Amino acid sequence: MSPNTARRKQSRRPRQAIPKAPTGVVGLDEITGGGLPAGRPTLVCGAAGCGKTMLAVEFIVRGATQFGEPGVFMMFEENAEELTQNVRSLGFDLNRLVATKKIVLDHVRIERSEIQESGEYDLDGLFIRLGHAVDSIGAKRVALDTLEALFTGLPNHAILRAELRRLFRWLKDRGLTAVITGERGDNALTRYGLEEYVADCVILLDHRITEQVSTRRLRVVKYRGSLHGTNEYPFLIGDNGLSVLPITSLRLDHSAPNRRISSGIPRLDQMLGGKGYFRGSSVLVSGSPGTGKSSSGAQFIDAACRRGERCLIFAYEESPEQILRNMRSIGLDLRRWLHDGRLEIHASRPTLHGMEQHLVMMHDMVRAFRPSAVLVDPISNLSFDHRESQIKPTLMRLIDFLKQQEITALYTSLTTGQSGVSVEDSQIGISSLMDTWLLLRNVEHNGERNRTLYILKSRGMAHSNQIREFVMTRHGVDLVEAYVGPDAVLTGSARVAKESQDRSVESARRLAHRRKLTEVTRRRKAIEAQIASLQAEAAAEAEEMNALAAQEEAATEARRRSVVAMSKLRNGGSRS
Amino acid sequence: MAKPGKSAKRPKDKAIWALRLYVAGQTPKSVAALNNLKRICESHMAGRYRIEIVDLLLNPRLAAGDQILAVPTLVRKLPSPMKKIIGDLSNEERVLVGLDVQPAD
Repeated sequence: MSPNTARRKQSRRPRQAIPKAPTGVVGLDEITGGGLPAGRPTLVCGAAGCGKTMLAVEFIVRGATQFGEPGVFMMFEENAEELTQNVRSLGFDLNRLVATKKIVLDHVRIERSEIQESGEYDLDGLFIRLGHAVDSIGAKRVALDTLEALFTGLPNHAILRAELRRLFRWLKDRGLTAVITGERGDNALTRYGLEEYVADCVILLDHRITEQVSTRRLRVVKYRGSLHGTNEYPFLIGDNGLSVLPITSLRLDHSAPNRRISSGIPRLDQMLGGKGYFRGSSVLVSGSPGTGKSSSGAQFIDAACRRGERCLIFAYEESPEQILRNMRSIGLDLRRWLHDGRLEIHASRPTLHGMEQHLVMMHDMVRAFRPSAVLVDPISNLSFDHRESQIKPTLMRLIDFLKQQEITALYTSLTTGQSGVSVEDSQIGISSLMDTWLLLRNVEHNGERNRTLYILKSRGMAHSNQIREFVMTRHGVDLVEAYVGPDAVLTGSARVAKESQDRSVESARRLAHRRKLTEVTRRRKAIEAQIASLQAEAAAEAEEMNALAAQEEAATEARRRSVVAMSKLRNGGSRS
Repeated sequence: MAKPGKSAKRPKDKAIWALRLYVAGQTPKSVAALNNLKRICESHMAGRYRIEIVDLLLNPRLAAGDQILAVPTLVRKLPSPMKKIIGDLSNEERVLVGLDVQPAD
């Protein structure tokens, strides 16, 4: 976290009960709600080698460099040169800070063998030293590392305890924000019970080895007058100092962008409501080995690069070269994106570090590269050898972190083929954190293995419930509608066979249809011919009828004439 | 505070004790320490010692040099090795052991 954001957060909470001094340690200020109690001492305890000194140094250095609060580092074990060397690897240049009067390093050496006690004394010498160092640079912060060395150096513990009580009072009276480190005791927080003097804030550090993986953990045991995260949080000492890892987990307030981005597979976009994933969402692609998880991830990254976005790939199974070669075989040329700086591939063995270490590395890289899309391939490897209860919070932090940055993240996950565990159950408890979950499956049928894809869930969009066949071509990954018949869902050659079978049935049907059509036409033509001949016949009959009528008329006329003539003849003869 | 007192006598003996007493102001403990120291020196190292008094309230930066935590602290600068005795020096026997001085009697 940058100092600016840290300071902004600080000022965003004006109602906090007690003033706080930000440590600048990544994550710690989130847990404590702004930092350590200002003007009061804080006890940091833990066993040897758990990072007490580092925390104290970082508190002083960040105070001096980022928050304008000079600090005094009083050490009782290491000397100034050793300390300077030890923290140089974290990028802290103590010599420069000393030269510019930002900090004072004071090594208090107590040699038991040199000291003889005779009568009453007090620790005014220490007070004067500390006071002088504080005054010389106007310090606001003090670290005492490790005060318990006094107990081994000074035999009279009764005097020492009284003086320590006075010391903490003195620190408070001067308004100094102090970090006091103490060695972890057997049954108490510290070996000499320092916690009884420092009542305001106690932070416990722990270094544990579980199943050969070491994890450092931090817990705020108490924080008087303030809310604080009470869990144990993993932390690391990385290249930039300490990082406590709940970077965002105390809140659930990331924004939800409405913009959509392509999954890189047009037909998958169709299935996802026609537009693809939401920007800034988390996508889980799970499946058994060889179902095409990496390829669909690469396709997504390729599409993002094509749009000109910056992308980051965390690979835990293949080397970058191997990824480039393999993806070229399905027509994805990732190398050109690598060359023009849009794409970065980080490949490492998941077993190289502990889980937390990986996550801090990922955080650092994401912060440095500022990608808009991230591929983690596969996320299931990160959980290798870890117990589930430990993975989930840590993964949640990663997922939260990426969401907070509005980075679209695609995680592939290998599902184990354990019997009795359904795919939905084998997702190491992270599926509930995912916005979109694609499931890739092998379908074995008819002597071959085919890939299918379906959308198990996709929050906030209407998505298809159909199973699609997932095919890898020379031009990338594509989806084909699987053959969904009454008997089964068919894929691969079975689908092709079924489809061609369907085609031949269809063509036979067409042929029959055509034949029937011709037949009907022929018959119709025959009928038409018949109709024509009958009509001709009818016409002939009509003519005949006309002829008969004319004949009849002529005959009638002729008969009438002959009657007239005959009567004329009869009448003329008798009268004459 | 008492003047930085140095025993003016030149020692006949080779052994010289160069002693420095760190105090913080004139507290009862520092007054007692100085008185005790003078008495012990006179009775066991007469003429063979030098006492320098450093008041840390006046010279706070000097506390770091001799690694002073407790007050009062008596530092044996010479003979080497350096030794420290903390407290008001009321236990004479311990002071002598601390300074590695053979009692005069």
